[in-house]
Amino acid sequence: MTALLDVKSVSKEFSSGGILSREKVKAVVDVSFTLRDDTPEIFTIIGESGSGKTTLARMILGLEVPTNGDILFDNQGARERRGRAARLAFMKRVQPVFQNPFEAFNPLKQVDRYLVSTARALLGATTEDEIDKAMDDALQKVGLSLAEIKGRYAHELSGGQLQRVAIARALIPNPALLIADEPVSMVDASLRMSIVNLLRDLRDTYGVSVIYITHDLATAYYISDRLIIMQRGHVVEMGPARAVLEAPEHPYSQLLRASILSVDDAGMGNLKPADRTLAEAAWNDTGTGQLVERPDGRMVRRAIVSSPFTADA
Amino acid sequence: MIMTTMQTDDVLTVKGLKAYYKMGYFGIEREVRAVDDVTMSIRRNEIYGIAGESSSGKTSLIKTFAAAIRPPLQIVGGSMTYRFGDKIIDPYAATKAQVDAIRWKNMSYIMQGSMSVLNPVRKIRRAFRDFALRPMGLNERQFWLAVSQHLERLNLPERVLNSYPHELSGGMRQRVTIALATVCRPQFIIADEPTTALDVVVQKDVLAMIRDVQREIGSSVVFVTHDMSVHANIADRIGIVYAGRLVEEGPTRTLFTAPRHPYTAHLVASLPRIGDLSKKPSLDGRPPNLADPPKGCRFHPRCPMAVAKCATEVPPMETIGPDHRSACWRADEVRPLTTLGKPQEARV
Ligand SMILES: Nc1ncnc2c1ncn2[C@@H]1O[C@H](COP(=O)(O)OP(=O)(O)OP(=O)(O)O)[C@@H](O)[C@H]1O
Ligand SMILES: Nc1ncnc2c1ncn2[C@@H]1O[C@H](COP(=O)(O)OP(=O)(O)OP(=O)(O)O)[C@@H](O)[C@H]1O
Ligand SMILES: [Mg+2]
Ligand SMILES: [Mg+2]
Repeated sequence: MTALLDVKSVSKEFSSGGILSREKVKAVVDVSFTLRDDTPEIFTIIGESGSGKTTLARMILGLEVPTNGDILFDNQGARERRGRAARLAFMKRVQPVFQNPFEAFNPLKQVDRYLVSTARALLGATTEDEIDKAMDDALQKVGLSLAEIKGRYAHELSGGQLQRVAIARALIPNPALLIADEPVSMVDASLRMSIVNLLRDLRDTYGVSVIYITHDLATAYYISDRLIIMQRGHVVEMGPARAVLEAPEHPYSQLLRASILSVDDAGMGNLKPADRTLAEAAWNDTGTGQLVERPDGRMVRRAIVSSPFTADA
Repeated sequence: MIMTTMQTDDVLTVKGLKAYYKMGYFGIEREVRAVDDVTMSIRRNEIYGIAGESSSGKTSLIKTFAAAIRPPLQIVGGSMTYRFGDKIIDPYAATKAQVDAIRWKNMSYIMQGSMSVLNPVRKIRRAFRDFALRPMGLNERQFWLAVSQHLERLNLPERVLNSYPHELSGGMRQRVTIALATVCRPQFIIADEPTTALDVVVQKDVLAMIRDVQREIGSSVVFVTHDMSVHANIADRIGIVYAGRLVEEGPTRTLFTAPRHPYTAHLVASLPRIGDLSKKPSLDGRPPNLADPPKGCRFHPRCPMAVAKCATEVPPMETIGPDHRSACWRADEVRPLTTLGKPQEARV
């Protein structure tokens, strides 16, 4: 096999509070994983808010330069993609869907203009008919139509509609890898299912791989092949999605799983702040530990010397 | 004018409220009926959840509440009154100065996607100073202490104060806007999808904080989200919006255990869960077009219980139990589609 995407020991450090500040933030620490080019998959990233998921996505997209490590796409690193032609070729193969559609769309620009420029730049479409067709095809895939959105501004669409437009835009060049950063956070449960089912169809029908970043563990469980769980820049657990979510082993993964709000308690006033004790203790023990691979393919971060929690306990 | 009818605990009273987006394209008038004939009230000391699918008009409704509408959205009918202490005000009849005064003093509105409203060239510290220092009436030292304690409850590190918005993750910015909107302890908080960018652990902290702040001073919170599991855990009462109309309203547990509108029954049953790969019941058809909504009950084309009458006559919102209203011709026959599991023991 060859790798579609090879993320090799990647780290990213920011200085925060302006360029002159000395405060350093370790946004991503030593992350590695590979997506194969012969098995399209939905690779999911979940984890703490601020744990580096978006930063990782931006590095893969070439929007941020890693402080350490390498990211190869089609065996090419960002440094080898010099020049406009190489970058366009890359963007045809890898497309982003960002976190907040309210930020992604300029309020003064009609949303279909974004689709038009993508169709022009990446598909080389020139005639109005070609462009309209490319846009309508992509919009139909997300349950919209060109007629519904033509000439409308971001604020004229609801959050859910806007996010579907963002996904449609990314689909225009028929990419090999879609990087979807919280694509369903703004939409209701049923639309959410229809969007994740769409991602799955893209994988199954067109062989598109998807890096799916989400806080929604239920849809992650439902569509992912593999997943990683991040805490403070580190991957704390990685493996087959269903196995990990059904029986998470790292204390932070367990905390996540246990914190899913339940409707069983509806109206009972049982809500309490999350109890982080175990996850914090594990962090103190294993923050500098390492990912240990097990025969079943799961990796769990543990302390180097002795572990306070055992995998098979 | 003395209003003797308002001796209840209602802070916001809305009657027959209609707000439409009115647009003219080449001489053709088009209106999107995003808020249509809504009658409800928000009480002192409660969290009122507003639920409904994407595009159902939740944001439009609470923008109207916040008196934050601008063309093309217009009020086309009904009334809306706030009561803060003995001050009674209809924001749409009051002067701009009067509205601004209650906005500053009594109200706080967290807009949907509001993590993008932070000024990109100013550090977060500056936003807190500009926004909260004066209203809180504390000296600088006490003020920054209060701010950092508040940030800690939201699990935000102190360094966010010295950061620019772009240096924070999406969920961190979302928490900053929540912190800004709650640090002054306003009497009326309107929050539109405030936890969409948060992981479930942090979301729990944030919801617990909002709830504690609300309880501390008995304020009113209008909490909008499409996420029914959030409502289940934070709301005292819930109003269900479908296609611009309020279709059911009741105490949280009642809506989950004994819904009396087929749409509510569907919403409650449609939540996916880990370990459950079964297909969730889905509604046939598409969400209605609010520029040309279905006649009669707007839900009838997708409703499994619809009868002939539903297609022609609009069902009125009627009281069907304690604090419980529903707008369905067959409300008595609606049964839940799922049963809840056993709750954890109630809070002591
Ligand atoms: N341009 C930047 N300058 C300084 N710090 C940054 C910058 N971008 C991100 N960070 C920091 O890096 C960390 C990771 O941020 P990132 O946006 O990757 O998190 P995330 O996992 O996507 O979180 P969320 O779930 O909230 O979206 C955060 O602590 C953030 O403050
Ligand atoms: N400025 C506008 N001009 C025209 N139509 C608008 C405008 N803003 C919103 N709409 C329409 O009004 C309807 C209700 O939108 P609203 O934003 O209130 O929905 P919502 O329930 O908040 O949805 P979401 O859950 O996706 O945020 C939608 O059909 C939307 O397209
Ligand atoms: Mg992010
Ligand atoms: Mg909305």
